[in-house]
Amino acid sequence: MTQLALVIDLNVCVGCHACVTSCKEWNTSGPAGSMVDKNPYKEDPTGTFFNRVQSFEIGTYPQTETVHFPKSCLHCEEPPCVPVCPTGASYKREEDGIVLVDYDKCIGCKYCSWACPYGARELDEKQKVMKKCTLCVDRIYDEDLPENERKPACVMSCPTSARLFGDVHDESSDVSKAIRENAGYQLMPEWGTKPANHYLPRRKVKMTIHKDELERVDNPLSKEERKTHNAPGTGPSLDDMTSW
Amino acid sequence: MHPAFSVIFLTTLIGAAQGLFLALFTGQIFTQFKLMPEQQHPDFYVIGSIIAVGLMAIGLFASFFHLGHPERAWRSAAKWKTSWLSREVIALPAAMGAVFLYGAAHYFGLTTPLFTMPGGTGIDATLLLGLAATVTVYALFICTGMIYGCIKFLQEWHSPLTVVNFTLMGTASGFVVATALSAYMQTELTQFYAAWAIFFTVVALVFRILSLVRNSKIKPKSDLRSAIGVNHPNIKQIAQGSMGGSFNTREYFHGKKASFVRNMKYIFLALAFIAPLVLLALSLGTSSWVIPVVAVGVQYLGLIAERWYFFADANHPQNLYYQQIS
Repeated sequence: MTQLALVIDLNVCVGCHACVTSCKEWNTSGPAGSMVDKNPYKEDPTGTFFNRVQSFEIGTYPQTETVHFPKSCLHCEEPPCVPVCPTGASYKREEDGIVLVDYDKCIGCKYCSWACPYGARELDEKQKVMKKCTLCVDRIYDEDLPENERKPACVMSCPTSARLFGDVHDESSDVSKAIRENAGYQLMPEWGTKPANHYLPRRKVKMTIHKDELERVDNPLSKEERKTHNAPGTGPSLDDMTSW
Repeated sequence: MHPAFSVIFLTTLIGAAQGLFLALFTGQIFTQFKLMPEQQHPDFYVIGSIIAVGLMAIGLFASFFHLGHPERAWRSAAKWKTSWLSREVIALPAAMGAVFLYGAAHYFGLTTPLFTMPGGTGIDATLLLGLAATVTVYALFICTGMIYGCIKFLQEWHSPLTVVNFTLMGTASGFVVATALSAYMQTELTQFYAAWAIFFTVVALVFRILSLVRNSKIKPKSDLRSAIGVNHPNIKQIAQGSMGGSFNTREYFHGKKASFVRNMKYIFLALAFIAPLVLLALSLGTSSWVIPVVAVGVQYLGLIAERWYFFADANHPQNLYYQQIS
């Protein structure tokens, strides 16, 4: 069974919000109607977003590190928001595991948003229906688009390739490999929701360099070295034969 | 959570209506089985049923204000196999219908015994309809409580105490309404109802305090470490992704100071439980209908405060992601 999902690499996310704006642009122009923006240029702006980038400071100053954390619907394999929906507007697709809302069936009771521990669902203030990330379901199957563009808008826009998209049930997919090889993890695993989206942790790449790796002990090119080498009894080593 | 008045009115009004019906039917059983003197006011059950159905109708009406698309509300009966909300949507009209039929049977005087029990008590249509209505009323209590009780992320609600408290507070307030109604109509059942109302109010208070104690000891299952998956004891949010508010900052926060919430707790304990108990105790000695009617009003205000606190008290794990605007 296919389970499409995003894998977000926190090691390379720089918090530029390109995914946020790209997501909003694509989805507000889609067939489902615009995503509301109230008071965009005035006091107290508010609006619907499928994707938000949050920032967290970890540690105590001066030993701190900033983690930029993009958050959207995680397309859980056990989505708690689906069974609580009284109308069946909220559903998980069998064929690709995407959790969607049927905007024509949603009565806007907000019950599904109570049942999501991640706060991934937002009620659209204008259309009065619950909205959430669709994994750009209107993009990824669009045969009018070139094949390499059949990806969610956020993935397309990420300048650091922090967002990967693919089938996490396919062992040989890039996303599965990334999860496997880079200790990919799920959010709030304690609730048993089994999010399909995974995050890759910050990774420290350390390289140990010894002094003799920077400076060759017996440098045959140096003048001093040559003199020493030519002194009786301290001739050149076999290694230096060629440059002797 | 953000307390929505539509849901506060829905749950308190239908709770009182359900309790009122249970009170009517308890009174009928006690008189029919000759545990109480014969009732001289057959209208009492009719008027009581009208009030119960009316309260449920107002509650149902209030609930529509919670919906973004009330015109699609009919769809919400579809997923009764998985959703407690859907089950409530079925149970509420069922209870209204059953209580209506119960009242109608009394109105048309369907009291000819259909068959006789071994003890000599006649079983008539009102009794059978009342039994059916009791089943629907309890089903509705369970559905309403489980809507909140089944969400495991809201640890304050995820407890059998939620269903128990909805049932007990509904029953208690319904018996207080029955006391006031029977005092106003000067039936023989006033003292009987007052005694039961005192009993249920005390039991409801005990269980509400139990849930207050339970909730004060809750250890949140999620913290920032599991929320973003960074295992460090010192994590602080510095931006939540937008400079203004969002659905996430409105729906899950009560937006009041901790002192306001704490005061609301004392207010509901006083108004929903202590004050009605005092008033009911006072009314035991008199035949005045004023005291029980005041008790109904005071307790209802208290129950609104209780339900407000019930929502405000619940802490949603998504709030971990929304602690700092920027």
